Amino acid sequence: MIKQTVDNRFKNAFRHTLIPFLNILPILLGVLALASLFTEVIPPEVLAEALPKGSIFGPLLGALTGSVAVGHPITSYIIGGELKEAGVGFATIAAFLVSWVTVGVVQLPAEIAALGKRFALVRNALCFLSSIAIAYLAGWTMEIVG
Amino acid sequence: MKAKATEKMPSLEKGVKDWQSWYNWLFLAGVAVLYVVATIIDFELAVKALSSLYVMLTKILPVFGAVLVLLLLFNLLTDHKWMQRYIGEKTGLQGWLITIAAGILAVGPIYPWYVLLGDLKQKGMRRSLITAFLYSRAIKLPLLPLMFHAFGLAFTITLVIYFLLFAVLNGILSEVVMGKADR
Repeated sequence: MIKQTVDNRFKNAFRHTLIPFLNILPILLGVLALASLFTEVIPPEVLAEALPKGSIFGPLLGALTGSVAVGHPITSYIIGGELKEAGVGFATIAAFLVSWVTVGVVQLPAEIAALGKRFALVRNALCFLSSIAIAYLAGWTMEIVG
Repeated sequence: MKAKATEKMPSLEKGVKDWQSWYNWLFLAGVAVLYVVATIIDFELAVKALSSLYVMLTKILPVFGAVLVLLLLFNLLTDHKWMQRYIGEKTGLQGWLITIAAGILAVGPIYPWYVLLGDLKQKGMRRSLITAFLYSRAIKLPLLPLMFHAFGLAFTITLVIYFLLFAVLNGILSEVVMGKADR
């Protein structure tokens, strides 16, 4: 009796683990394939070249660029370091780095499939606005700290 | 009990689920078509994209395995009461601390974590905590030395502090906009 209950519990848990995973699998594979193709068509380095050195719109452009860029965060640090060497401001770099890791335009279909359309859109919008807010706050903090 | 609930599922809801399942496969088919088009236009580019997809998949698979085991353990060891207490509507400060710490420690690509969060969301995980988890993933502990090397200590500490503050702020705002949870 106890063995049967344990077996049923395990079977149920296994089913509840596998079904959501299998449902989302085609979207995940599609998004991964899309991200790979996107990165080859528009490499992040090309996107970063669009960032201005001294403009009040720098953080906005930084956030837009970071939002559509795809890849490992290490790549964003390397590009960010190059932008710093090229004289791009801390605020713009911060917006680029923050939106890279918090906003996912290319990943959006996967997020929608797992968490729902409304949640995914609201969360990404909040993260996009936050990346601009953090950019100005970080730029301001760096001016104070030196 | 569960089987009865499925039997009584309204036809509209079932229709939406069927449509979502079709949509998921249609999306994958659409991306496959894009690859075919890319192969016709630029064969070399398509091969490069496929090889970077392969590299990405090999990196993601171990994380997927770990997340599936975690999900199985969640389903085996937790119940509705536990969920409500630690990450559901009734949670307090400890829920936030657990979630943000888990987000910081949740290594690897985001995709496997969507599966776990989607499951927990259906079981009543607070929206604010899902948002906070995803936001706190921005703090990459193993990469902090590299960030320090590229941008300096002051900038690294500044960003980490703002990441933590905005993980909570975004969590609260997401709940203000969308409500606490699905149920």
